[in-house]
Amino acid sequence: MNTNPAAPLVSVICEIFNRILIPIAPLRAILLTALLAVSTASAYTLEAFAFEDPAQAAAFRELIEELRCLVCQNESLAGSQAELAQDLREEVYRRFRAGEGRDEIVDFLVARYGDFVLYDPPLKPSTYLLWFGPFLLITVSTFFLIRTLLHKRQSPDSALSPREHEQLRELLDPHGSDRDGRNGPDQDKSDRER
Amino acid sequence: MRASLKSFTPLILFLGLVVLLAFGLKTDPRKVPSPLVGKPAPRFSLPALQDPNRTVSNADLAGKLSLVNVWASWCVSCRAEHAELMRLSREEEDLQILGLNWKDDVVAATRMLRVYGDPYRVSAFDPDNQVGIHWGVYGAPETFVVDFEGTIRYKHIGPIDRTVWEQDLLPLIQAIRKTTNGHE
Repeated sequence: MNTNPAAPLVSVICEIFNRILIPIAPLRAILLTALLAVSTASAYTLEAFAFEDPAQAAAFRELIEELRCLVCQNESLAGSQAELAQDLREEVYRRFRAGEGRDEIVDFLVARYGDFVLYDPPLKPSTYLLWFGPFLLITVSTFFLIRTLLHKRQSPDSALSPREHEQLRELLDPHGSDRDGRNGPDQDKSDRER
Repeated sequence: MRASLKSFTPLILFLGLVVLLAFGLKTDPRKVPSPLVGKPAPRFSLPALQDPNRTVSNADLAGKLSLVNVWASWCVSCRAEHAELMRLSREEEDLQILGLNWKDDVVAATRMLRVYGDPYRVSAFDPDNQVGIHWGVYGAPETFVVDFEGTIRYKHIGPIDRTVWEQDLLPLIQAIRKTTNGHE
């Protein structure tokens, strides 16, 4: 006899666990391992780019830090895992090994991909606004700020007219209601009690 | 009058800022303008995708009006623009479409053309991005308009559909046709 009404449910859950989940567990472990192996294999390391001369290796690293990946646009060529970045790193590496200098390689890439590959845009007529715009903005706004402040000092806020003085005193004086003959609610009440 | 104009100044400045920012929002930062526009097409020479013995090079561009279309079988947007390319290859007789099969696998690429149709006069096979770098390719699909003199006139980034064709490409292509007919 089944005394526990939940027993069939429990046995079903056990069945599911024993027959399906447990056999999958090793499979899952294998898949996970494979996945990790693949992802570590495809992750690039700078060690792949070998140089005999440490100075040249440093120059290479510095250069790919300065170049921007066009696919993940907020990453440098040095940091990006995009395939295009890998292609461009290899191109830069090949040119470095062939003895090309930094400027030649930068010119090569700029001629093909535009100034966009540079994190540090060059100073030229089309980038004047980019370089000088902020300073222009600061200069103009400082000019207007100073002018406004000087203007304020020369003509301070005009004095209150007698009528405005009257209004101000009424607002500030708690017993001001007495004078103009109107009674506030409190006043009213006390009058009736008396 | 002067005072009222002055009181509107912040509003005017604000609206100016709104226009500037709206412009910034509408511009897609992923579309990097190509410095190659207006320059001769970079030199290239690659085997054809479907026939490794045939070479595809600048000679295939000479004297023709071409679309050079960068594509790959793994590229979903290329599949999306494929029907439009098929239509263009049927309907625009003086316009040849050259394919640059980019970072692709020869089996998958040929299968795609066999299954869905081949809009290209010929496709150059560039699995290692050797020519792609020289053309400033940074994704697929990309399409270059190359005129009769072999000069790159325009680069379109992203898939071509009817709207892109009619608004961006066709006016330029008609202009190229017109100037060339005028010379002849």
